[in-house]
Amino acid sequence: MTLFAGHDLACRRGERLVFAGLSFRVAAGGALLLRGPNGSGKSTLLRCMAGLLAPIAGTQTWSDRPIALDADAHRGRLRYLGHQDAVKPALTVLENLVLWQQLHGRRDAAAILQALAALGLDRLAELPARLLSAGQRRRVALARLLAAPALLWLLDEPTTALDDDGVACFARMVGDHRATGGLVVLSSHGDPGVVGDVLALADFTPAVEAES
Amino acid sequence: MTAFLALVRRDLQLAMRQGSDAALVLIFYLLAVLLFPFGVGPEPNILARISTGVLWVTALLAALLAIERLFVSEYEDGSLDQLALLPLPLSLVVLAKILAHWLLTGLPLTLLAPFLAIALGMDQAGYPVLVLALALGTPTLSLIGGLGAALTLGARRGGALLALVVLPLYIPALIFGVAAVDASLSGLAAIPHLAILGALLLAAIPLCPWATAAALRQALE
Repeated sequence: MTLFAGHDLACRRGERLVFAGLSFRVAAGGALLLRGPNGSGKSTLLRCMAGLLAPIAGTQTWSDRPIALDADAHRGRLRYLGHQDAVKPALTVLENLVLWQQLHGRRDAAAILQALAALGLDRLAELPARLLSAGQRRRVALARLLAAPALLWLLDEPTTALDDDGVACFARMVGDHRATGGLVVLSSHGDPGVVGDVLALADFTPAVEAES
Repeated sequence: MTAFLALVRRDLQLAMRQGSDAALVLIFYLLAVLLFPFGVGPEPNILARISTGVLWVTALLAALLAIERLFVSEYEDGSLDQLALLPLPLSLVVLAKILAHWLLTGLPLTLLAPFLAIALGMDQAGYPVLVLALALGTPTLSLIGGLGAALTLGARRGGALLALVVLPLYIPALIFGVAAVDASLSGLAAIPHLAILGALLLAAIPLCPWATAAALRQALE
């Protein structure tokens, strides 16, 4: 069953048409890996899926309903992780996660402890985030996905800066998420340790338009 | 509502931890006002006569000083993406951030003003209205400034641009803020002027966050 799909999408960044005629589908429990050279539109597509960027053509649907009809519900069921970790350096790891939960209207200490454990952050919980390394900050960003769960994960190069152990943790949490029916769309250059459908974005890069 | 309060608390907490611009704003206000006696000369009559204008104009500039950074760090560390994806509407996110900002800058400015009024030799009769007018006016300044900060987000030399965008919009609040205090000093009713300040604030509360949210979405694209 296809839950999340895009039909004939086209996106523009500035003056440049990044991709056109792009369609995708992700089923419950499925994963979609975005592949392509730099500038082929992986981040653009993820931002478009998150609703941060409006496509210039095409529609996206969730259970066959266009997501544009109910943008609030779509925002509620997705978690987006961009290039930046969005971790506040002045707060501790724990405070960052608690705050994240509160912003999503949740209060669930058990989920936070689980998230810390799943990413190997237990011992760092009380440390201000400014003291963390890039890989540790990325782990905090990933832990947020578990602290306030949602069905659809949109992850832009989630394994950047992670060590082997981190990638293993990540693969495990994605596996658990999919086992419970969750959807994952992620872009990656290396091996993120996730098996799924591959969408090669280079196939949708428009041929250089005739300069009119 | 929980999310709204959590956001306000977060901004206050971040400001406390990082030693925010709030202290700078107050020191700027203090120094800028105290420069006037040196510039204009210690003639008490002149100082007393211009004191309302001085207190308002410097408060306006001080408010401008701090608002510039309102969204910059959120934008730079990727938090703005996350804030835009919260279940809370982006306009309420903006309102929460501006409320926190006002609590850190506008409120202390308002409370500091009567003490500076003493330094300028303002007639005591004007103090209550001065505080009231600033209490009504500074939130409007923060709301308008937030809009300017969102519009200039990501622009080079955002600060200078921000002043150009925002200062003309500050004029109505300035006019009625000064008029209210002057009215009370000359024994006239200050209420009409305060009412207009209140009306400006009531108009700004729904309009500015809405426009600011639209500007932020633009910046995120």
